[in-house]
Amino acid sequence: MADKLLEIKNLTTSFRIKDDYHAAVDNLSLTVNKNEVLAIVGESGCGKSALAFSIMGLHTRAKIDGDILYRDKNIAKMTPAELNKVRGKDIGMIFQDPLTSLNPLMQIDEQIGETILLHNKEMSKSARQERVLDLLNKVGIPRPEYVMNQFPHELSGGMRQRVMIAMAIANKPELLIADEPTTALDVTIQSQILDLINKLKNEMNSGIVLITHDLGVVAEMADRVAVMYAGQIVEVADVKTLFANPKHPYTRSLLNSVPSGNEEQDQLHVIQGIVPSLQNLPREGCRFSARIPWVDDSAHEKHPELREVAPGHLVRCTCYKHFSFPDASKEEQHVLS
Amino acid sequence: MSYLEVNDLKVHFPVKGGIFGRTVDHIKAVDGVSISLEKGKTYGLVGESGSGKSTTGRAIIGLNNITSGQVIFEGEDITNVKRTKSEATKNIQMIFQDPYSSLNPKKRVVDIVSEPLRNFENLTRKEERKRVSELLELVGLSPESILKYPHEFSGGQRQRIGIARAIALKPKLIIADEPVSALDVSVQAQVLNFMKEIQKELDLTYLFISHDLGVIKHMCDDIGIMYKGRYVEEGTADDIFSNPQHIYTKRLVAAIPDIDPNKREEKRKFREEVKTEYDQSYNDYFDEEGLAYKLQPISDTHYVALPEKG
Repeated sequence: MADKLLEIKNLTTSFRIKDDYHAAVDNLSLTVNKNEVLAIVGESGCGKSALAFSIMGLHTRAKIDGDILYRDKNIAKMTPAELNKVRGKDIGMIFQDPLTSLNPLMQIDEQIGETILLHNKEMSKSARQERVLDLLNKVGIPRPEYVMNQFPHELSGGMRQRVMIAMAIANKPELLIADEPTTALDVTIQSQILDLINKLKNEMNSGIVLITHDLGVVAEMADRVAVMYAGQIVEVADVKTLFANPKHPYTRSLLNSVPSGNEEQDQLHVIQGIVPSLQNLPREGCRFSARIPWVDDSAHEKHPELREVAPGHLVRCTCYKHFSFPDASKEEQHVLS
Repeated sequence: MSYLEVNDLKVHFPVKGGIFGRTVDHIKAVDGVSISLEKGKTYGLVGESGSGKSTTGRAIIGLNNITSGQVIFEGEDITNVKRTKSEATKNIQMIFQDPYSSLNPKKRVVDIVSEPLRNFENLTRKEERKRVSELLELVGLSPESILKYPHEFSGGQRQRIGIARAIALKPKLIIADEPVSALDVSVQAQVLNFMKEIQKELDLTYLFISHDLGVIKHMCDDIGIMYKGRYVEEGTADDIFSNPQHIYTKRLVAAIPDIDPNKREEKRKFREEVKTEYDQSYNDYFDEEGLAYKLQPISDTHYVALPEKG
């Protein structure tokens, strides 16, 4: 049996807007196992980052209900002091934008050193420096002795991202949360960073939550995939099943909108409309129904739930059974309307 | 004669130093780039950040000063010509990367889209409104949006406002600088489809600048790959993707994530092989300064930067 590392049970993260609470993450349950990459996919505004920030306890003003169990300790109910002992030590996080997540006034060695110091007060300064050097080597930074004494603005985007990764893995976390770790990077650097994360996974046996909107990255990295739409998970499957046999209309639409380049497709699939904002979330029924209006209302459930359609493959709502893409001529009308 | 021809374009930026702020060095952002673009085609300019692809685009439209070289558009030399109110300014337009920062947040859509019209055409207020609504209809935005501000739109809609502005003067050439990099896949699909549609409708020629090879492959007929201000390879989409010759191009193509999870291991091995090859033969493909050599033809359409065989 797989070794459960993180278990999220009925997590709801809501934000207060004009005296009313709106759920960015809505009653979400997930597990992450050891030595597994779980990818969370969705468009911007689907609640992926809100979920990551909830796990790390980084929301200051949100209302969080439900349980986040890390090795049977409930992170969601911890005090900030308790949380600080876990954060950065057992759970590491790689943030999306390396320029805004690093302190511009601190040298690289101090930034990484700080993370080590906070969880290991006895370590001597020289030992710490050695560890920083070791980490920079590990993430593949050339001339680490020199880079150590530089400031973030002196480094390129790819290098900064590596520094972020070095910080995240400084205390050998068992669980690593990577929020769009390569979105801001070029393809060649992206592939290097992904290979690096993969290597770290194999070395440390960690579980990794990879948040991304890039399906290519998912195909390269993930073991299991959870597709998120409007705060809910709409489909979970292992990566091969998801790409070979996607069920939910949203998953299929996403896969269809990527330029594959393999065949002569002139038109890409376009998902109509936009991700609803928090205040405009439909309170009941299938949340994706507004974006596939050609599917009959009777195909959707009143209260859609995640159901297992095959072992380990969960899909929300029954609309997938009746879903097909409209033909090309119809499509055109939709685009223009 | 091609529609747009760029000959040996160089854009060098001075580096100031010392106590008198004298020019001590130059950064060669673009160092000898030649492009020839046929009417109605899409030409893709690819490279990593810092390779000079955006500078090339900006130099062609006149946003950067050209150090040396020539830009010829429709047989007319437009290199460093003062561009105010000239024909070329009207005929070449640009779509910018970030739809969040390239629209003035204090202006309404009508003012944003009509700005080029006000610069070049004397229209009455009524005519102007009519043109703007036509343009918005063309890019698929509702006529009511004419009085809204940019923040009221989603990313894809904003990019379409940017496109409406770019096509307001019925240009012939559009330089699109990473037009979809800031967008989600679904929105990206929307904008790419739309760009293809108006290309047919308005008979447009595109210079498409991007670092995303998937998008480039989808959109472009011919492709040029840039590295440190120089071309390393140029050819048709088929030449570049099926038969890459330069080691840098090979590496770039190998780095594209494959959408098929079954090929993952295969792909990873292939990437490692290419990486080893890249490290081993780096000196064969680049000169002492780490720059690419001059392009040599290997077929009618396919050019690769290789050292001259002595």
